[in-house]
Amino acid sequence: MSISRADVAKVSLLARLQLTDEQLNEMTEQLGQIVSYVEQLGEVPTEGVEPMAHAIELRNAFADDVAQASLPRGEALENAPHPSEEGYLVPAVLGD
Amino acid sequence: MSLVHLTATEQKQLLTTGKISSLELIEAYLDRIATHNEKVGAYLRISADSARRSAKDIDARRAAGQPVGKLAGLPIAVKDVLCQRGERTTCASKMLEGFRPPYSATVIENLIAEDAILIGRTNMDEFAMGGSTENSAFQQTHNPWDLERTPGGSSGGATACVAASMAPLSIGTDTGGSIRQPAAFCGVVGLKPTYGRVSRFGLVAFASSLDQVGPVAHTVEDAALLLEVIAGHDPRDETSLPDPVPSFSATVGKPIKNLRIGVVADHFSEGLDSEVEAAVRAAIETYASMGATIKEITLPHAKYAVATYYVIAPSEASSNLARYDGVHYGYRTDEPAMLAELTLERKQLAAEGRQDAADAIDSALVRMYRRTRAEGFGPEVKRRIMLGTYALSAGYYDAYYLKALKVRRLIRQDFDRAFEEVDLIASPVTAAPAFRLAEMADDPLAMYLVDLYTVSANLAGIPGISLPCGQTSTGLPIGLQLLAPALEEERLLQGAHMMEQATEWHTQRTPHL
Repeated sequence: MSISRADVAKVSLLARLQLTDEQLNEMTEQLGQIVSYVEQLGEVPTEGVEPMAHAIELRNAFADDVAQASLPRGEALENAPHPSEEGYLVPAVLGD
Repeated sequence: MSLVHLTATEQKQLLTTGKISSLELIEAYLDRIATHNEKVGAYLRISADSARRSAKDIDARRAAGQPVGKLAGLPIAVKDVLCQRGERTTCASKMLEGFRPPYSATVIENLIAEDAILIGRTNMDEFAMGGSTENSAFQQTHNPWDLERTPGGSSGGATACVAASMAPLSIGTDTGGSIRQPAAFCGVVGLKPTYGRVSRFGLVAFASSLDQVGPVAHTVEDAALLLEVIAGHDPRDETSLPDPVPSFSATVGKPIKNLRIGVVADHFSEGLDSEVEAAVRAAIETYASMGATIKEITLPHAKYAVATYYVIAPSEASSNLARYDGVHYGYRTDEPAMLAELTLERKQLAAEGRQDAADAIDSALVRMYRRTRAEGFGPEVKRRIMLGTYALSAGYYDAYYLKALKVRRLIRQDFDRAFEEVDLIASPVTAAPAFRLAEMADDPLAMYLVDLYTVSANLAGIPGISLPCGQTSTGLPIGLQLLAPALEEERLLQGAHMMEQATEWHTQRTPHL
């Protein structure tokens, strides 16, 4: 199954990436190649095979329920590109 | 022979017996770096002052007869993907160019606890995605054996700095071969531990079910020493394994009796460079001459490993990298310019009478995310985010992601069966020696296929090592890969050490630098 330019445009929104027209064309071609390569997985019989999400399947890893200090607000905001004194600022969401 | 050409174990011996001071050693490396880093480009940043301070401190403690750690006074380079409190950690990405983490990775803490001296940060493919270090947003790293060639990647800086004797030890990370492949290209030893053996706390995530931190060194013995320090259970990483860590440096010299080496016929099929094949076959012969049994095994699903990997790793990456949103930390697009762009687009669409399209345009917040990520990430990172988002999106999840997880189990089961019959599996690390810079730049799929021999170990979670086993006629290093069952790093190191003892490849240093 091939991947269309419209598919790629939709995925770029889902992925929160802005692509130029040129990048969209290039991405469509490259993703198409990669996707047709990975499609060979379809030929592997996997009926009844349990999916393996992790390399080493651990039993539940419990931690002791002990309250610990969290990162102080000032430190948490230190790397923010656009902070206020008490939070992260983003472009207006409502009334846009 | 200068200090910088010695192994870490030899340097440790000189430090312990008081023949050299740590400050002398650090100065020797800083000199070496000053002479060669510009050509090689292995380091992104050097911490000369803090390294000197630490060295003086350790020298003083040693002189006062106080106890010092296992790596006391030895310089170590760290791939720029592990967080260190207050120190820049960029992942070679514009996205994290100014990022200073508020906490340190457990690996960093372990190194400092054993008195290692953090001498600098090494270059890498952006967010560890790539196999040539060409995806760094900041600089090109060159292979010290041939400056026109790639050092490999993504830990290309980590292996190039050791190969060029600009550090005796360094820390890399391996998600699909990113320690072993550049180790092979640079003629050094690189080990990917069992998944969960080394804490991932503070490691900037690429593909969380595959990422592992591991050592790079001149020799297997040095790698054993470094692994011993960084391995161990960490309650801050819930995938960290609770199993005790053997004293690798104490046991590495013990040969394995009645060793059984597995060899896969498919690993020597078409596409393998003839000089690589000859060197790897010679290495296997060396094992046979030491009394090992060589046994042919099959890994029937290995041929699907690259396809499996390039569904799972990008899927995990697309999810992990969603955090780079221009809000919490990292790069953010110029907001007035972004708003102006949006307003202009709306007007144009309205003027063209396309009101539907004008209404459907990104909100300011979404456009801020999209522009931030478009400007902050390089092409390969974008490609993988797109691929992963596609594989996880509605309608494709079962066909790609779920299918890949099932094939992953079959790949793991192949190894489980194989290791019932053999102790280690030997193979090439790569099908060819280091390629020329820019050679693969326009062909992402060809670049992905370079991971053919290495990705299976990440999918299965088992440990693997790459060690030098030869050179091409033009003097490029060739690597041998050994794989062991989960948690059998001790066996892996012992087996690798046997090869090292029988050959001289690990003593070779780059002739031109």
